Amino acid sequence: MKILVCISHVPDTTTKIKFVNDKLDTNGVQFIIGPYDDYALSKAVDLKSEKNATVTVLNVGKPETEPTLRKALAIGADEAIRIDADPIDAYFVAVQIAEFAKQNQYDLILMGRESVDFNGGLVHGFVGEMLGIPSLSPCMSLEFVGERTVRATREIEGGKETLELELPFVAGCQEPIAEWKIPNMRGIMTAKNKPLKVISAISVENVLVHRNFSLVPERSACKMISVEELAELIKKF
Amino acid sequence: MKSLVIIETENQQIKTSSAEAIFYGRQVSGTSGEVIALCLHSNDSSVLETCGNFGANKVLALASPHKEGDIMITAEYVSQIARDFAAEVIILPRTSLNDAVAPRIAVKLQAQVVSNVVGLPDFYNGFTVKRSIYTGKAFAEVTLTSPKKVLTIKKNILSVEKSNQKALVEILSIPAIGSKVKLLERQKSEGKILLPEADKVVSGGRGLKGPENWGMIETLAQKIGAATACSKPVSDANWRPHHEHVGQTGIKISPNLYIAIGISGAIQHLAGVSSSKTIVVINKDPEAPFFKVADYGIVGDAFEIVPKLNSLL
Repeated sequence: MKILVCISHVPDTTTKIKFVNDKLDTNGVQFIIGPYDDYALSKAVDLKSEKNATVTVLNVGKPETEPTLRKALAIGADEAIRIDADPIDAYFVAVQIAEFAKQNQYDLILMGRESVDFNGGLVHGFVGEMLGIPSLSPCMSLEFVGERTVRATREIEGGKETLELELPFVAGCQEPIAEWKIPNMRGIMTAKNKPLKVISAISVENVLVHRNFSLVPERSACKMISVEELAELIKKF
Repeated sequence: MKSLVIIETENQQIKTSSAEAIFYGRQVSGTSGEVIALCLHSNDSSVLETCGNFGANKVLALASPHKEGDIMITAEYVSQIARDFAAEVIILPRTSLNDAVAPRIAVKLQAQVVSNVVGLPDFYNGFTVKRSIYTGKAFAEVTLTSPKKVLTIKKNILSVEKSNQKALVEILSIPAIGSKVKLLERQKSEGKILLPEADKVVSGGRGLKGPENWGMIETLAQKIGAATACSKPVSDANWRPHHEHVGQTGIKISPNLYIAIGISGAIQHLAGVSSSKTIVVINKDPEAPFFKVADYGIVGDAFEIVPKLNSLL
């Protein structure tokens, strides 16, 4: 079985966001595998032993994302692909993934429910529609009940639903689909020798560009109140 | 400009997020443009006609409603209907289903899609919308240029003005669409206010020490008509279900009132709640980082304060 895991390269979630010249100020920012993508990768690595799967990890990004891909290899992916382009737009990224997936025929395409930088949450649906296969998100669990039949749960408002479907499909993952994995020393050593291929991107028209970045305004100082005052405050809502 | 707004009903009412989306559609279409609401899961005319209260001219529903909420089927219905009614802007309130469906609709309609929209379009600069990025920490603007446009909008970004207008309900007969995905089961907590829809939220953290202490949180929520939520450590420990977890990797909410009890306010938690209009923090640690981003605070023991608060309400 062949699994494709698509990962984003994003600022650590504790980053204090700042902008310079209408761009993220990356000075001092540590980049990580997107936390949701990390769940997708961990699930794929679990399936390696369970289903004898091979795992390809893919990122659309410039050379600075290669350490993030190497980390994914250290966690357990077998090979890495970097599609050489700035991932400016979700549609652009999805076209690259769909094109690559068409040529390589994956049984399962996993990624996070959204990237934590632009929070688009669109790529799984785009890729599913472009390939004419189902897409589900946010996917909380994924379990094989037959050779190619999967039972998955998807979070809905106030609960979850259980779905059954056949491979191939795309899933946008979130917790608790798998436990995050930390690379061990052996993983880090073998990752150095695993293949990391660079592919050129195909051009896409009408991409959406994010501009006029601004920070959320800060709240005024916290007012300390008594329980009685809080009760009165609540009644106003 | 003609808008098509995808709506849902719950307990014989138009869901709040759907009402907001219709009102948003009315602002996009202006006074003269047409706003069409579309409800796929119900065709109860007496409920659907109230879409007029929020600015819809017409409501479309299916002769055989699609109740399963299938992602591929929903995308197919919406795209077909958007084409048939020549809708220019397709507006979806952010829900678990709509988030998954919007990109598929966009591909089918060759439309550009913008998710997580937090404001009305600025027509002076083409069709420019502001969206929330970096998990509630920042905003950016995007200009759409495609003839058809798809938007998913965040909750509580506009205050809805309600009228007594009724909308015309039109029932469509569209052949059923098959799916490759089978719905086996849907588990949903009954009789509770849904967290993403709630105007008020009461949330508990590790400071509550264990799931057995949630009674007072439930009581408070019930008294004030709020939904209950929790922090990540609480859902990780299985004290509360995952669908109540708000934060960076959980649900992002934007209620009018958020009351955090026994939650220290880690940056990952704030990411999920920072767009709440008013934040109240109850914590025994005066140094808890949550006080820095709260509007109102009480330093004290939750086990004394919450029962006292409940007795005052």
